Amino acid sequence: MRNILQRLFLPKSMLGMALLGLMPMSAMAGDTLSSGDTAWMLTATALVLFMTIPGLSLFYAGMVRSKNVLSVMMQCFAITCLMSVIWAVYGYSLAFGGDGAMTGGFAKAFLAGIGVDTLSGSIPETVFMTFQMTFAIITPALIVGAFAERMKFSAMLLFMGIWVSIVYAPICHWVWGGGWLGQFGILDFAGGTVVHINAGIAGLVTALVLGRRKGYPETMMAPHNVTLTVAGAGMLWVGWFGFNAGSELAADGTAGMAMAVTQVATAAAALGWMFAEWMRHGKPSALGIASGAVAGLVAITPASGSVGPMGALAIGAVAGVGCFLGATSLKRALGYDDSLDAFGVHGIGGIIGALLTGVFSATTLGGSGLADGHDTIMSQVIAQGIGVLVTVVYCAVATFIILKVVDAVVGLRVTEEEEGQGLDLSSHDERGYILQ
Amino acid sequence: MKLVSAIIKPYKLDDVRESLSEIGVQGVTSTEVKGFGRQKGHTELYRGAEYVVDFLPKVKVEVAIQESMLDQVLETIANAARTGKIGDGKIFVQSLEQVIRIRTGETGADAI
Repeated sequence: MRNILQRLFLPKSMLGMALLGLMPMSAMAGDTLSSGDTAWMLTATALVLFMTIPGLSLFYAGMVRSKNVLSVMMQCFAITCLMSVIWAVYGYSLAFGGDGAMTGGFAKAFLAGIGVDTLSGSIPETVFMTFQMTFAIITPALIVGAFAERMKFSAMLLFMGIWVSIVYAPICHWVWGGGWLGQFGILDFAGGTVVHINAGIAGLVTALVLGRRKGYPETMMAPHNVTLTVAGAGMLWVGWFGFNAGSELAADGTAGMAMAVTQVATAAAALGWMFAEWMRHGKPSALGIASGAVAGLVAITPASGSVGPMGALAIGAVAGVGCFLGATSLKRALGYDDSLDAFGVHGIGGIIGALLTGVFSATTLGGSGLADGHDTIMSQVIAQGIGVLVTVVYCAVATFIILKVVDAVVGLRVTEEEEGQGLDLSSHDERGYILQ
Repeated sequence: MKLVSAIIKPYKLDDVRESLSEIGVQGVTSTEVKGFGRQKGHTELYRGAEYVVDFLPKVKVEVAIQESMLDQVLETIANAARTGKIGDGKIFVQSLEQVIRIRTGETGADAI
């Protein structure tokens, strides 16, 4: 027995000594690896990637006309690949590479200094980096919903590459990476501003700049396969546990509460949309309940680290009804063609969630407490408002500029004939369905 | 020889096929079609956008028959396909010039 133990432990301790010597300088003094936290974060990362491929991919695919089904999936998949590379090469550094007010700098470009044993808190920095990568993937992918069925693929790639660099990474840095918005004590646990308002506003601007699809709104452009959409919504729901609970970066009580409030808010929002639609139109729809669920997921995102279950119930209910109105009445009234309601659900849901986070984080309303420096709900809500405003303005302006540049370089939109034929054939020489 | 085409409600296809079988009609072709007559369309709702759908799914059933069976076939199809509600469909009768069985080369009455 003793011999066996010696054989097991002696080599390990020698290995440990060797590794200590190899440990990169960027590991902070006092960081210890927690295998529990790491195991959860590895899982959460996979869950968030699952949200994009295939969750969001299917959610959107089902909502377009069949002649465009592949184009949407292709866009989501291509964005996944492109953002992964950009993030690894310089995106992660821009967002998290340092403490500058505006950006994180290029110190961690090419993931320099991040080795096998480099830690970020209690988890390997590789895991933190990849986890954040999945956020940098889904945010641009969400925008696809606004320009579906009419954007040129090359323009989309170019736009997304620039957008993640100039809009996503900086805002991510400002809110989470040590940038200037940190001083305001804004509560954004998992990305209400960074992900959803960002994507929603970019979506709105893109929809406006690109213009409406030919034939909109008189022509029937019904979803060709709501079954895909509902399946995708389910995948988004499950994956979102990685998105919200994973944002704690640890396997602890806060993560547990984040999961619980995510579930409650989503359910409340789905019911909210469903009942609102039932009252307005006389029948509840599958597309409606699925959309309501996503609205709830979006709204609870910034709140998931600081509100309680009853606060989540309220946030979900408001978001469900609010996004229902945003994706229906508001869109029809203003006439913009946000094809798959990127703004209606993510923009509006994100704004609702960000503001209500300021309300329901208060301990008096079941939350875990307002941010440092805020003693009243009003003060916190104002901070939330600042976060929303900065995101909206910066994103809108930058997105507009990027679109104009891309338009000048390659042209944003496919031709009328290509649009009529369907992007699957005209952009990709493929059919989504070859049914016999 | 006659070619009888009937546009019927899709869920009536089995009834029509069985009834035709009972009176000795062997071959039937069916196609999925869309159509409307005086039956109004219905509305479908997607994220608050209501669409009025005029074209309704129907099935077209075609049979090639001897002229002597015509009245019997018309009555059989109509009885099997009728629900009494609007949208039951229509039956069209055309003269059939020639029929050929591909496998054997038989023509005319032998091919029906």
